[in-house]
Amino acid sequence: MNIDSIQNGIVIDHITAGQGMRLYDLLGLEKLDCSVAIIKNVVSGKMGKKDIIKIDSGIHVNFDVIGYVDPGATVNIIRDGKLVEKRTIDMPETLTNVIFCKNPRCITSTEQELKHVVKLTDRKNKVYRCLYCETKAN
Amino acid sequence: MRSLIDILDFSVDELQELIDTANDIIAHPESYSERCRGRKLATLFFEPSTRTRLSFEAAMYELGGNVIGFAEAKSSSAAKGESVADTARVISCYADIIAMRHPKEGAPLVAAMNASIPVINAGDGGHNHPTQTLADLLTIYREKGRLDHLTVGFCGDLKFGRTVHSLINALSRYEGIKVVLISPEELKLPSYVKKDVLAANNIPYVQTTDLESVMPELDILYMTRVQRERFFNEEDYLRLKDSYILTPERLWNAKEDLSILHPLPRVNEISVAIDDDPRACYFKQVLYGKYMRMALILKLLKEAGRI
Ligand SMILES: [Zn+2]
Repeated sequence: MNIDSIQNGIVIDHITAGQGMRLYDLLGLEKLDCSVAIIKNVVSGKMGKKDIIKIDSGIHVNFDVIGYVDPGATVNIIRDGKLVEKRTIDMPETLTNVIFCKNPRCITSTEQELKHVVKLTDRKNKVYRCLYCETKAN
Repeated sequence: MRSLIDILDFSVDELQELIDTANDIIAHPESYSERCRGRKLATLFFEPSTRTRLSFEAAMYELGGNVIGFAEAKSSSAAKGESVADTARVISCYADIIAMRHPKEGAPLVAAMNASIPVINAGDGGHNHPTQTLADLLTIYREKGRLDHLTVGFCGDLKFGRTVHSLINALSRYEGIKVVLISPEELKLPSYVKKDVLAANNIPYVQTTDLESVMPELDILYMTRVQRERFFNEEDYLRLKDSYILTPERLWNAKEDLSILHPLPRVNEISVAIDDDPRACYFKQVLYGKYMRMALILKLLKEAGRI
């Protein structure tokens, strides 16, 4: 695909350099059939370096994941080659089944059907904790 | 549905309301003896804790209510693989309120999310044990007449001691609290508690390995057990354990009105020679725990519209 011009899709811009791959993983983009480009270490006037992800498809993306990984990132939604929406994503209060608690003493370790929920407990320092055992998510 | 999972689920005003109720129960036990007539407490203990379970059961009986439940996981449906969520839904059909003890952290929250009756966390692994903290708060209040402007020493295992973390959390909301942390290097208070609770609430604290040097400042001394299994080697344990054993000699420079608390069970960290000292409060603390559980059961049943 031509990474500069997308007809219908999403461009996640201004990703903190180095966070692009993590965002790719947590958004589950490896499961998509459409073209996906991660551009790393793009020189940006504002940020020094940044990462960009381009998804060439009108699929649904869980914006909360973007807010969790990198609340400074911007999302550009493109239709028919035109930018129709540009938004920044705030940190979500909770995030479900994206981050999985690794605490072996947590109830989620024995009850498989439980949803894994992390909760924002400290906005200033961007701290999320497991809803059940309060272990810090990273 | 209102439950108690974490001590911070209740505001300072609500904690005071519980303390006031407990004090009223102590003054007029007869006027509470029928309050829960016909109501049932389910004690769901997925791991044994005889002391805590009996405290809840005694509390419910003294309110005129009844108790159903189990004392260990193998006599429960969990042994057949039932989830905590399903257990909570099922028990909601039989009882009016649940007290749950579970080895896994967060299990009582899962129960509360699925039950249609109030759930009390009676201890979830090393995570929370809010009714112990209620007992601690009532003890401090009855001994000192206040919960603010106190210098509180915590001694022993501050790393794994959930009762310590929980009481520090609860006290962090009162004015004029100073915290003194006395422990071996290996068992210091975790840095997240210092950062997220003490520093975040501007609570002055000092850390030391030497109990004697800080003893004269303390209004409260909260003792905990230094457990053998917390140490990597026997040598360190043997070297350290005696420095954190409270003996009458170690109280030589303590305040006349110091209050000594301990969540119990005690092994040897408080010498039995201290039991007759008027400053020893740990057996009163057990009794106060029952009264706070009574106050808590009343509050939650009332809010649920069941009494
Ligand atoms: Zn967890």
